[in-house]
Amino acid sequence: MVKEIERAGIPVVHICTVTPISMTVGANRIVPAIAIPHPLGNPALSHDEEKALRRHIVEKALKALQTEVTEQTIFE
Amino acid sequence: MSKIRVVHYINQFYAQIGGEEKADIKPELREGVVGPGTAFQAAFGDEAEIVATVICGDSYFSENTKVAQPEIIEMVKSCKPDLFIAGPAFNAGRYGLACATISNAVKEELGIPVLTGMYEENPGADMFKDKIYIVATKNSAAGMRDAVKKMAPLALKLAKGEAIGASAEEGYIPNGVRKNFFEKKRGSERAVEMLLAKLAGKPFVTEYPMPAFDRVAPNPAVKDLAHATVALVTSGGIVPKGNPDHIESSSASKYGEYSIEGVQELTSEGWETAHGGYDPVYANENPNRVLPVDVMRDLEKEGKIGKLYPYFYTTVGNGTAVKNAVGFASEFAQKLKKDQVDAVVLTST
Repeated sequence: MVKEIERAGIPVVHICTVTPISMTVGANRIVPAIAIPHPLGNPALSHDEEKALRRHIVEKALKALQTEVTEQTIFE
Repeated sequence: MSKIRVVHYINQFYAQIGGEEKADIKPELREGVVGPGTAFQAAFGDEAEIVATVICGDSYFSENTKVAQPEIIEMVKSCKPDLFIAGPAFNAGRYGLACATISNAVKEELGIPVLTGMYEENPGADMFKDKIYIVATKNSAAGMRDAVKKMAPLALKLAKGEAIGASAEEGYIPNGVRKNFFEKKRGSERAVEMLLAKLAGKPFVTEYPMPAFDRVAPNPAVKDLAHATVALVTSGGIVPKGNPDHIESSSASKYGEYSIEGVQELTSEGWETAHGGYDPVYANENPNRVLPVDVMRDLEKEGKIGKLYPYFYTTVGNGTAVKNAVGFASEFAQKLKKDQVDAVVLTST
């Protein structure tokens, strides 16, 4: 899906836990997530801490969208 | 000759420990055969013996590869095997990746022959097919008999150090290794025959298939995020509670388009996941953990992004055919384009 969105001409960032799969699939901007069942959260944290964590990942993704890349890049 | 000693790797599901709720179990070594090992043992007969089985949760392996891998290598090493087999994983993505990763590591570090099996669209296949032998299987566990029938003889051949034939004969996924042999007819003759067949619309088999490099060049970065429309897309199966369009929990044949106009965050009352490939407890408790609507709304209010697109697109990425996923996204991407969406955040579980 990432590739088809990119092909349509829209920059796309892929937030996912298993980044090697994302590389294989062909995503160009990749941001690692927390865990498979909760990519943008961590149930061990309090509600506020968890939301801050989620925001951190989303901000990283937005930063990736604003960064020029020439090849597949993982934004650690 | 003494029996070939085999160690077999399987996941929590095939060990009958549990499904997704047990996908986080740590590696465990058991003596003898477990689960699908029975079928392999039967196929091996007296030639080989599965001396031990390593079991590891799929999520645990994916999320902790650096820790799990050396631990599993030690377990395998302690059994002094002559051969290592993993899976088959069919179309289970994390399992396939684990089978291929650990097989490759065993081959490199312990220097013994390894074999795994999976469906050709499994991401593990693409990543490791040029490093280890991976038998092509069907896309579901219904293909177990067929998989064992192909894997067992190839495994024995590998263990005995016998010559391995071409991928088409042995049933492994082509690994790019070429072998020289003499054809009965010379090249010019074969080329003309192929051309005539092609002109006549008859079937022919190319001798040099073109590699399938499907890469899309990255689009330019978003220049003015504060005025950009950003859309959310997910393969994590987030849907309105009750899954009104009945998106399948695996092998999805459709995607959903749902309005989030005015929605400030995804609540457990209104939304849930339809995904059958991960433990749904956390996503159902707080769907923002998969589709971050709450944070996107905050960023919109703060003016960090221009606007959150009023719809999101969702499907279940669980054994879903690549062809289907391509179809879904090429369709909704046109819509996003038409509505002048500037960027997409796609989340996967």
